[in-house]
Amino acid sequence: MDIIDQLPSLLAATIRVAVPLVLAAFAGLFSERAGVVDIGLEGKMLAGAFAGAAVSSITGNVWLGMLAAVALAAVLGALHGFVCISQKGNQVVSGLAINIMVSGLTMTLGLAWFHQGGQTPPLPPSARFSEVIFPGTALLSGIPFLGAIYGRVIGGQNILVYPTFLMVPLAWWVLYKTRFGLRIRAVGESPAAVDTAGVPVVRLRYAATIIAGVLCGVAGAYIATAQGAGFVRDMTGGRGYLALAALVLGKWKPWNTLWSCLLFAALDAVAIRLQGVVIPGVGPVPVEFVQSVPYIMTIVLLAGFVGRAIPPKASGYPYVKER
Amino acid sequence: MHKLLTAALLATTVIAGAAHAADAIKPAILFDMGGKFDKSFNEGVYNGGQVFSKETGIKIQEFEVQNEGQREQGLRNFAKKGNNPVLAIGFAQADGLTVVAKEFPKTNFGIIDMVVDLPNVHSFVFKEHEGSYLAGMLAALASPGMKVGFVGGMDIPLIRRFGCGYVQGVKAVDPKMEVFQNMTGSTPSAWNDPVRGGELAKSQIERGANVVYAAAGATGLGVLQAANDAGKFGIGVDSDQNYLHPGHMLTSMVKRVDVATQTLFTAAKDGKFTAGISDLGLKEGGVDVAFDQYNEKLIKPEWKAKVEAAKQDIISGKIQVHDYMSDNKCPVS
Repeated sequence: MDIIDQLPSLLAATIRVAVPLVLAAFAGLFSERAGVVDIGLEGKMLAGAFAGAAVSSITGNVWLGMLAAVALAAVLGALHGFVCISQKGNQVVSGLAINIMVSGLTMTLGLAWFHQGGQTPPLPPSARFSEVIFPGTALLSGIPFLGAIYGRVIGGQNILVYPTFLMVPLAWWVLYKTRFGLRIRAVGESPAAVDTAGVPVVRLRYAATIIAGVLCGVAGAYIATAQGAGFVRDMTGGRGYLALAALVLGKWKPWNTLWSCLLFAALDAVAIRLQGVVIPGVGPVPVEFVQSVPYIMTIVLLAGFVGRAIPPKASGYPYVKER
Repeated sequence: MHKLLTAALLATTVIAGAAHAADAIKPAILFDMGGKFDKSFNEGVYNGGQVFSKETGIKIQEFEVQNEGQREQGLRNFAKKGNNPVLAIGFAQADGLTVVAKEFPKTNFGIIDMVVDLPNVHSFVFKEHEGSYLAGMLAALASPGMKVGFVGGMDIPLIRRFGCGYVQGVKAVDPKMEVFQNMTGSTPSAWNDPVRGGELAKSQIERGANVVYAAAGATGLGVLQAANDAGKFGIGVDSDQNYLHPGHMLTSMVKRVDVATQTLFTAAKDGKFTAGISDLGLKEGGVDVAFDQYNEKLIKPEWKAKVEAAKQDIISGKIQVHDYMSDNKCPVS
């Protein structure tokens, strides 16, 4: 395997795989920085995937599918908010409940609507998000390496890839450079202080959980209508949990979280290409090992070996005024 | 909650079924994790069951397991409710079936893809390596000077058998042709991850694969989609999947699980159930490559002739396709 030959496709795969991770991890970022633990990323993504595929399949319009995905996931975000903020329920339990509920409900509704065992019909190209071919791709494709980088890594990606990576600096700017972002961060550290200053804690936390829902919805639509072509039971396959791991590894900071997501995606892309490759003296690479690296890294970090991951102080605790 | 509900639903359907089929047999199928509409392995069984139901008017009870723990439970449930024969789908049901078949010696069982050696069990296994060999030949014939790929589901000897037969077929046409092989994962969820399947196929296509053969249940849907999207060719598995992407499906390695299902139920209906093993290969019509209206424009007559000749040679024993499961090794890669 020639490294230089493989690098563009490796980078392109990394970006492709990273998109849902980045979106879900930033959903978690907003929610947890505001003090609401969100273990329900997986469920909200799955709901988005189902709504996106179902509506695209029925209407043939993928943008309507995206709208439905975002709307449904936002509603679930608000539901999570209702349980955790208004009812002061246990945040982990609420998130887990969303995951379980969505996993069952998507199957049941899919079965009732499409009669294909919980799957949506395969989507035709017109009902999916497609790749964007940048101008001059054909012209530059003759240039070794750089042509491939331009045509397949920078250009040639799915149309949803670009807004996702634009979202990262935007999220950073919102969280660190705006009044809203300052308040979101404050409400996750010390809600009592925010309340004392006369800023509504409840409203801010709701805003954060709904933003989280919207981002998860986009991630779900990407999985079902851009990467895939239709909904299949439990198709998010643990990506929500991987995103949580990336969030912890990124220490709840936007740029670090982005790098973690890209690292996990790169590991996956490398693992795929390493399957069956025999390393002298070691034998075939154990793929299970490479796949478990993200989780091992997160545990090592949490155990305090690589710096410390300190979650937002008030994260996990409902705010009670009279405490 | 979800599990409770399905269990309750299952119980009611079984009782309802018992009411109006008192004298006839009460067949039941326990599908595995891919789900009965995986457009592949489980769906083949489902279709076979449908044909049987239509012909005889006998209703079939069904259950789809959602997690590993439900397999033995589901089998026992069927047997307890008086279903007979009970057909278990997939290699992973063997352990549960061994236990349950001993508990209910008067109930007849069938299993597909694994051998359970008990006096009340009929096992159906297939020579997937023979069918995969022909699929490999077609892949190589369609890709002169290029490379081909294989995406398996869960990494188990059975799937390695598909891969090994495929590689042998490729090498029979062109000994120098490179074959990429990927497994989706090492847990049962590997049967149900089309996004990862698509990613694996893309990685192979980016390295130059012209044809990708998917033996991965519902994961394969993503593989075939990726091949279609890239303007390359896919090879389906178990059921005839050529219709999924006409023009981009080279063929499908069909495994007649539908026939096995019908055979078992028909024998039971006629009171002719026998325990034992059916090992179905090209000779028995148990496996084959599919030629139909969806791929007829892709397949050149001379390819078809070569495949047909190889098929006859395998049947006559002139070509010996190595079976991975005989020694857990593959002579080629």
